[in-house]
Amino acid sequence: MKARVHIMLKNGVLDPQGEAVRHALGTLGFDGVEGVRQGKVIELDLAGDDKSAAEAEVAQMCEKLLANTVIESYQVEIV
Amino acid sequence: MKAAVIVFPGSNCDRDMAVALEQAGADVSMVWHKDAELPSGVDVVAVPGGFSFGDYLRCGAIAAQSPVSAALKDHVNRGGYALGVCNGFQVLCETGLLPGVLMRNAGLKFVCKSVDLTVASSDSAFTRGYNAGDTISVPVAHHDGNYVADETLLAKLRDEDRIAFTYNDNPNGSSADIAGVLSDNRRVLGMMPHPERCVDAGHGGTDGQAMFRALMGELVSA
Repeated sequence: MKARVHIMLKNGVLDPQGEAVRHALGTLGFDGVEGVRQGKVIELDLAGDDKSAAEAEVAQMCEKLLANTVIESYQVEIV
Repeated sequence: MKAAVIVFPGSNCDRDMAVALEQAGADVSMVWHKDAELPSGVDVVAVPGGFSFGDYLRCGAIAAQSPVSAALKDHVNRGGYALGVCNGFQVLCETGLLPGVLMRNAGLKFVCKSVDLTVASSDSAFTRGYNAGDTISVPVAHHDGNYVADETLLAKLRDEDRIAFTYNDNPNGSSADIAGVLSDNRRVLGMMPHPERCVDAGHGGTDGQAMFRALMGELVSA
């Protein structure tokens, strides 16, 4: 079983890297990009086959390590 | 005064920190991050600058899970002193011992230069050797020093006089120009600038000396 974790900066937290990417896209001639937010995706290979238990455990992992919940939000997807 | 300097894989200011503490008269031991205990009788724990664990995941995030970090938390919860500089500040934020978080510099560039700081609070063992309002010159060298705090936290830090230092010319986009913050019991200081890099005339400046001397004075008399 795999879990995929999406980590993004919370709304309202300025994302200087996303801003830089937006700028670079404009320079390349891609007009109309009004905003870019950059996050990360973490894939985990998990033992066991209890999806809801896995989901709860991965959420714990996010709270304790994978995300800094002061500025980041996360979404867990079991795939 | 007994001091411990924590060494993580990727720490690179640990020896400078030890020299600065020794110069102020401290008895310093280096502690490897896998040690689950600090040497007995340690008064102050210094978390040095560098790139612990290659800044993987987030700066300081992996270091905050090292065995020594649990010992550091116990030390602070017992009322012990701790100083985190640069990566050490990031580690203290990731352990939750200091509030807020350090993000990528707003200008996206690594900033390496001496900057002028204003001493915002002289009410701590670390800053007692300065007067509030003093300007001091201290080197910074970081890519992720943009201190982020929301309005509620900023108001709290201001109300409780916990902003230790501010930048005169903000190099990284930090909220409210914050360069260093104190914990609620004022015994933990985290700061991005490097006071240990300005304690000898050969460094080009000695404005950091007062911090180590004040800390020493406080802990010897205690």
